Amino acid sequence: MAEYYEQKDLRNFGKITEWSEDLGNKFFDYYTKVFEEGKLTGREKSLIALAVAHVVKCPYCIDAYTKDGLQRGITKEEMMEAVHTGAAMEAGANLVHATQMMKKYKKLSH
Amino acid sequence: MATKSLKARDRLIAKANQQLKFLKSGIFEDELPTFKEKISEINQHPLQPKKLEILQINLGYMCNQVCDHCHVDAGPDRKEIMTIETMRSCLRVIESTGAHTLDLTGGAPEMNPNFRWFVEEASKAGIQDFIVRSNLTIIEANKKYHDLPNFFKKHNIHVISSMPHWTEEKTDQQRGKGVFNKSIKALLRLNQTGYGMPDSKLKLDLVYNPSGAFLPTNQESLEKSFKDKLYKQFGIHFHQLFAITNLPISRFLDYLIASENYEDYMDSLVEAFNPAAVANVMCRNTLSVSWDGFLYDCDFNQMLEMKIDSHRQHINDYDEAEIQQRTIRIHQHCYGCTAGAGSSCQGNIT
Repeated sequence: MAEYYEQKDLRNFGKITEWSEDLGNKFFDYYTKVFEEGKLTGREKSLIALAVAHVVKCPYCIDAYTKDGLQRGITKEEMMEAVHTGAAMEAGANLVHATQMMKKYKKLSH
Repeated sequence: MATKSLKARDRLIAKANQQLKFLKSGIFEDELPTFKEKISEINQHPLQPKKLEILQINLGYMCNQVCDHCHVDAGPDRKEIMTIETMRSCLRVIESTGAHTLDLTGGAPEMNPNFRWFVEEASKAGIQDFIVRSNLTIIEANKKYHDLPNFFKKHNIHVISSMPHWTEEKTDQQRGKGVFNKSIKALLRLNQTGYGMPDSKLKLDLVYNPSGAFLPTNQESLEKSFKDKLYKQFGIHFHQLFAITNLPISRFLDYLIASENYEDYMDSLVEAFNPAAVANVMCRNTLSVSWDGFLYDCDFNQMLEMKIDSHRQHINDYDEAEIQQRTIRIHQHCYGCTAGAGSSCQGNIT
């Protein structure tokens, strides 16, 4: 596992285009466009990205959007609140399945 | 947080040649392009000066603070101070220069015992924009400095001061315990004198630099946040906020190495290289004079002991027309001035 998730690998992200230029470029164009200021501010998008980074458990994304947040002046309290939002969604998505468990339990029980 | 300069702590990285050696090797040997290679790609090498606009004079490396990021490695233990003889040489140049801006920096320039005399003499030359870079806390450090705002006002000085954040935690983390509260007091004192007030001609600008291994964000949005927070919490006014990138030299380089952030930080700088910023880098319209009268392309080159590429390297041999024919000396630290919106002592450059 030693060669997985080395911090410096993030620097090579752009190189994925080398083995599939067209798809790689299309992805980066899309990615860049998504993070531009729109109806949502860049700051809001950065916090969403940080929350998602934790939900999908991507170490590269966590590094990238923690740094992005610092650059934007986002405080550590705001970052933690965003992470909790993602965590609550994950917990909720898990727990809502308990309704299925309850339904099945009741169906199978006398 | 350190209370002494790297030099006083006898750290090897305090030496300019060690810093340059570090910047030359490692990641720049096999992974990242050197600054020279990068600007060659856009036909900007060799880098040449444009019209001289700013004469920046460093009055000495002595300072009442020991900030974590300081590119000067300034502190109370630094004894390098400009003498009155060198000041006289500077005054001769100030009287004849074509530059419209005079920019006094340090250390804390106010700690030079001849600071007030020098300002009084230099202001007679009728320079259009006369800047003093004040760290703010010096105004509160001792009774003898309390009247500095009035002194600045008398000579129509444009005050530019560092303020890394609107929170006590972040400011003190970078600049030392108690710095935030003293800075707030000093800003209020400056405001009371008329500095920074809306429509006031007494200019007060603040400088933001990131408190860590990341680049500054958009200068305009930062200014908005600073104005909003400082006014709401303390009733403080100021004019502009300049966002400055930390350059990988001296204490900030030491921090990057110790925290194992060096390679990622350099990669961020190279990644954020903005060709448009090269046209306006400050070394193209600025000349920096050190405490001992030597000439440099900028204050950063001064700290790396990279004197100008000219046989006229001292203020006593000053010949503006000839010096303007030189080639600007560059190294990897220059990436700090070309990243994103670019960075200079006056903030963004694009």
